[in-house]
Amino acid sequence: MAQPIIRLEGVAKFFGTFQALKDVDLEVALGERMVVCGPSGSGKSTLIRCINRLEEHDAGRITVDGTELDDDTRHIAKIRAEIGMVFQQFNLFPHLTVLRNLTLAPMRTRGLGRKEAEELARHYLARVRIPEQADKYPAQLSGGQQQRVAIARSLCMRPKIMLFDEPTSALDPEMIKEVLDVMVELAKEGMTMIVVTHEMGFAREVADSMVFMDEGLIVEKAPPARFFAAPASERARLFLGRILAH
Amino acid sequence: MRTDGDAARCRRLLLVAATALVLAGCSGGSYTWGWHVVSPLTDQGQSNIAFLTGGLWQTIAVSLLAICLSIPLGLLVALPGFARNPWLRLVNRAYVETIRSIPILPLMLWVYYGLPVLTGLNFDPFTAGVLTLVISDSAFEAEIFRGGLQSIEKGQHEAADSLGLGAFDKLWYVILPQAIRRILPPLGNQFVYVLKMSSLLSVIGVFELTKKANELVVTLYRPLEIYSFLILEYFVLVVIVSAGVRWLERRLAADQRMARR
Ligand SMILES: Nc1ncnc2c1ncn2[C@@H]1O[C@H](COP(=O)(O)OP(=O)(O)O)[C@@H](O)[C@H]1O
Ligand SMILES: [Mg+2]
Repeated sequence: MAQPIIRLEGVAKFFGTFQALKDVDLEVALGERMVVCGPSGSGKSTLIRCINRLEEHDAGRITVDGTELDDDTRHIAKIRAEIGMVFQQFNLFPHLTVLRNLTLAPMRTRGLGRKEAEELARHYLARVRIPEQADKYPAQLSGGQQQRVAIARSLCMRPKIMLFDEPTSALDPEMIKEVLDVMVELAKEGMTMIVVTHEMGFAREVADSMVFMDEGLIVEKAPPARFFAAPASERARLFLGRILAH
Repeated sequence: MRTDGDAARCRRLLLVAATALVLAGCSGGSYTWGWHVVSPLTDQGQSNIAFLTGGLWQTIAVSLLAICLSIPLGLLVALPGFARNPWLRLVNRAYVETIRSIPILPLMLWVYYGLPVLTGLNFDPFTAGVLTLVISDSAFEAEIFRGGLQSIEKGQHEAADSLGLGAFDKLWYVILPQAIRRILPPLGNQFVYVLKMSSLLSVIGVFELTKKANELVVTLYRPLEIYSFLILEYFVLVVIVSAGVRWLERRLAADQRMARR
């Protein structure tokens, strides 16, 4: 296995007295596509949100591309610059046009001029197949389109790693595919991805590894073929039985 | 809808004013009205009106300056309230709670007469007055900003953070523009409040509307007519400010409607 680009060692996270992550060890290789699944409340979001410091871990070490994630704001900034994140609720900036949503961060943090930034933005809008929506506001788009804008917005920062937190859970069924298609394409281009999702078809198609979480623990990590055919743990078996039944 | 409400409120107010005047006229049966002192139809009235409205620019200048300066100061006071550092949060709370608890007039007297003793700095009445309004107003505006900024969803912060935007960029480009829409109505009330409180500057000798009226009352001894006129002046100003604020609100609301479609 290649050198890990993300490494978690003994990571714990508390919300008050409630422990959301318990002694999590995890390595993600450069170019690896990892799918994280598990019941609601098992700590999947917390896990990936700790990786770009949307949550602060309370114990253990998180290292991204050789930089340790600690209280040093320069480390946090460096790590965030390498990681893009896509949220369940899109979190587009509602007061800005699609184009401005995409150009804001590159112009402010990567020092791009407006022209350059707009070229970059249009390039990624074309890649997520909505080049014609550049001048609309987010609320004028469908959910699927908004999520694709959100993906393009992250890509404009040219991240090495993309985190997805249930990117299709807030979408109407007919829009799920258009978002998954974009993600599959991204995966095929070799992007390092951690995807929290219950879309097992997507997982089968692109995942290099499956992670199953329950009650703040990584219960199982396995290649998809083995995970789907013969999950090692009883809890994973039950979980799969439930979601594949749909 | 809103315009109807305004018109109705305006009518109601005028009705109350008229009734009050009539009652005043009836009860003080022996009083001979002297509206000619502020009547635009007589020469004396015209020159009195010119004298009274001569304070207009001072009132407007004081209010505008106070508003323009207190907004950035209010924001500056609000921001430490969001800090992780508890001492910074304490600075915010201490400023807001202290300033809010001081009545404006004593604060102004303190700034004008007291502060020079302490610092050796002498302010002219205009500066002292504006400074007082700015300080007092900033505490209220800090609270308005705090509420507005807090009302923006967590997801907006997280998106900005995950894109690597710095604290200032996040505030300036993402959070504030969205918060402004929610802040504007209470901020508008604050504008009206500042306009009315500018009348207190008459006490330290700024020649704004109220001071002008006081001067004229002393020479003509027609307090009822002159102060009625004074109130009318403020009423007109307040109506103009309110209309301006609502125009802004409607514009922003229209932006948002477009964004919803
Ligand atoms: N900000 C928070 N404050 C308190 N508890 C939280 C917070 N975020 C998550 N939790 C709790 O942590 C647990 C794991 O949450 P999460 O990581 O969101 O689960 P998942 O994404 O797997 O559904 C849940 O029990 C949730 O209630
Ligand atoms: Mg979640």
